[in-house]
Amino acid sequence: MKLNRRTLLASGASAATLATLGLPVRAQTEPLKVGFIYVGPIGDGGWTFQHDLGRLAVEEHFGDAVETIYQESVPEGADAERAITQMVLAGADLIFTTSFGFMDATANVAAQFPDVKFEHATGYKTADNLAVYDARFYEGRAVIGHIAGKMTKTNKIGYIGSFPIPEVIQGINSSFIHARKANPDVEMVVIWAYTWFDPAKEADAAQAMIEQGVDVILQHTDSTAPQAAAQAAGNVFTFGQASDMEAFKPVPRISSIIDNWAPYYIGRVQAAIDGTWATHSFWGGIADGEVLIGEITEAVPAEVKAEAEALRDQIAAGTYHPFTGPLNKQDGTPWLAEGQTATDEELRGLNFYVEGIAGEIPA
Amino acid sequence: MIVLEKRPNPSRAWAFATPVLAVIATMIAGGLLFAALGKDPVLAIRTIFWDPLFGDFASYTRPQLLIKAGPLILIAVGLSFGFRAGIWNIGAEGQYILGALTGAAVGLAFYPTESRLVFPLMVAAGALGGIAWALIPALLKIRFGTNEILVSLMLVYVATNLLAYAALGPLQNPEGMGFPGSRNLSQWLAAANLELFPGTGIHWGVIAAGLAVIVAHVLLARHVFGFAVRLAGQSPRAAAFAGVSPSRLVLACMAMSGGLAGAAGLFEVTGPAGQISIDFNVGYGFTAIIVAFLGRLHPVGILLAGLLMALTYIGGEMAQLQLSLPAAAIQLFQGMLLFFLLAMDVLTQFRLRWKGAPVVPAPAAAAAPQEAS
Repeated sequence: MKLNRRTLLASGASAATLATLGLPVRAQTEPLKVGFIYVGPIGDGGWTFQHDLGRLAVEEHFGDAVETIYQESVPEGADAERAITQMVLAGADLIFTTSFGFMDATANVAAQFPDVKFEHATGYKTADNLAVYDARFYEGRAVIGHIAGKMTKTNKIGYIGSFPIPEVIQGINSSFIHARKANPDVEMVVIWAYTWFDPAKEADAAQAMIEQGVDVILQHTDSTAPQAAAQAAGNVFTFGQASDMEAFKPVPRISSIIDNWAPYYIGRVQAAIDGTWATHSFWGGIADGEVLIGEITEAVPAEVKAEAEALRDQIAAGTYHPFTGPLNKQDGTPWLAEGQTATDEELRGLNFYVEGIAGEIPA
Repeated sequence: MIVLEKRPNPSRAWAFATPVLAVIATMIAGGLLFAALGKDPVLAIRTIFWDPLFGDFASYTRPQLLIKAGPLILIAVGLSFGFRAGIWNIGAEGQYILGALTGAAVGLAFYPTESRLVFPLMVAAGALGGIAWALIPALLKIRFGTNEILVSLMLVYVATNLLAYAALGPLQNPEGMGFPGSRNLSQWLAAANLELFPGTGIHWGVIAAGLAVIVAHVLLARHVFGFAVRLAGQSPRAAAFAGVSPSRLVLACMAMSGGLAGAAGLFEVTGPAGQISIDFNVGYGFTAIIVAFLGRLHPVGILLAGLLMALTYIGGEMAQLQLSLPAAAIQLFQGMLLFFLLAMDVLTQFRLRWKGAPVVPAPAAAAAPQEAS
């Protein structure tokens, strides 16, 4: 028999939950309550810090028309679903869940509360009341990849990977392609840290790279530990990640790739207030102001700085796509023909290195 | 000046009073901390301890308490036997991960079969996975005399790397678009560990935790194994004379704690967590150590301590959300609880005396054997 006791109870349970909880009835004049679920502490100086700046920008822009609430350091998994549900019960009308690992939890809660609007960062599951949004970080990686290729003296650059997911693989490929264009002799070392934020592991990874002769480090992890390791080593350059990391200017941090969520958050809150909010799958880049290139310091020669800024402006203007053929996959098979650009769909599922990168993607 | 004087026998009254006193002291110190952060301390304490049980949304938060307490109690009961016998398994977190991995792997091998046998098979596999992982430090201790604290702890880090490997490799969801993580087990009915009674939060893991408390109580109070464990903890020499084999005791205690931790991992991965992911483990294996000691290594005490710990988690989240308290303040608050418990523990072993007052030693009491308690 297919319909066993568990099925029956499961469906009964969700119905009961909905019936007993209900939703707080609110008058039209009350401010819109906007909630944020963060994976790290707001003081991480990176990913969560930048999302929280977006929240503060919403507060400043709308004043009394909105009220924001947040919960930091929410573990991905079982606890996330409870945290999001409690935020709904606390009266939130619009909730942003700002980490990939909150995907299933957000989808589950969204299904239970059709009157609340949800937005999930970097995932792919959508519903009528669940939108997804992401940033084209690979556009910024192209610019800093170019600088890295020009600045290395040992011709060895390093990339601290977080998790081998498409977003990170896009970043590695984009950095490498543009570093190679700037300097045909460049090699790239990739170390996987398996964390978004762990100063000790990130410092170890940076140290291991420096010992292998790497003199420019790119990172896809959020702490400043690699910057500190580079500073201690001397003669090693780094780039700020997620936030500007301006404390390490002018060296080792010679530029940065900044996540700027404020324009998106303000736009979506406005849509919710206007009643025009609808689900979508949004992927903004340099042109949308979602990805910014931080100040390129005086340690970078003026001509390299000018090239990097030109590259940034071309991407913003839409005249250049960082993944433009001819490009081969790592095994030498053709990927993009001359002049062909990668589709968003290909990029969202990217799971291979381009030709020239050594090593394997762990799987 | 106050001096500490060792009690001839640990005080039974203080043994019961100290956990309560520790909670009260935590409330006071925590209240001061919240006041220093500019929050209303009474409101904060009420939000943490009262609202999850009787607040506006108690119909949602009460079941959540059981979901959170279930794995803590299950793991802590297992650990308490070893801790009583002086066998220190600090690696329950790793055994929890391995239980989830082996159980999920066995289940996924049958995907998408709809058979009632899949879930029990997964539970068995999960428990065996936990046992196997716990037996590594046990066998190394018996054979080579290694320290089980270090070995079991270090195996946690091995386990987290195995978890990352499994989430990205063999157990990765083939329909997951290349993202890490397994199929969602809670959405596959044959493997799902769902709520058994609507609106209660009770799933198979909570039932297992309740059963573990009862069985542990019977074992400790009535069974020769419980006697051996207690004797070994109080006097290893006496235990040896009584015919308790230290090696067997190590194996039994480690297997027991590993098996329960593994089962807890399986119940979690098939239920509340839903899938194997890189961040599947959230520290239940370590928190359970606190729960075990907070509960005085007694099954009923552990039951209460697990519920209390869950209360501080759920209430802490509510305080974060409603009062904008920083997450670190909540963690500090939970840390205080253990700190005060250990500090108050002194009172069961020692008594406070004013130095200068004539202290008349009681030779008869001082000479009484410690084992008599």
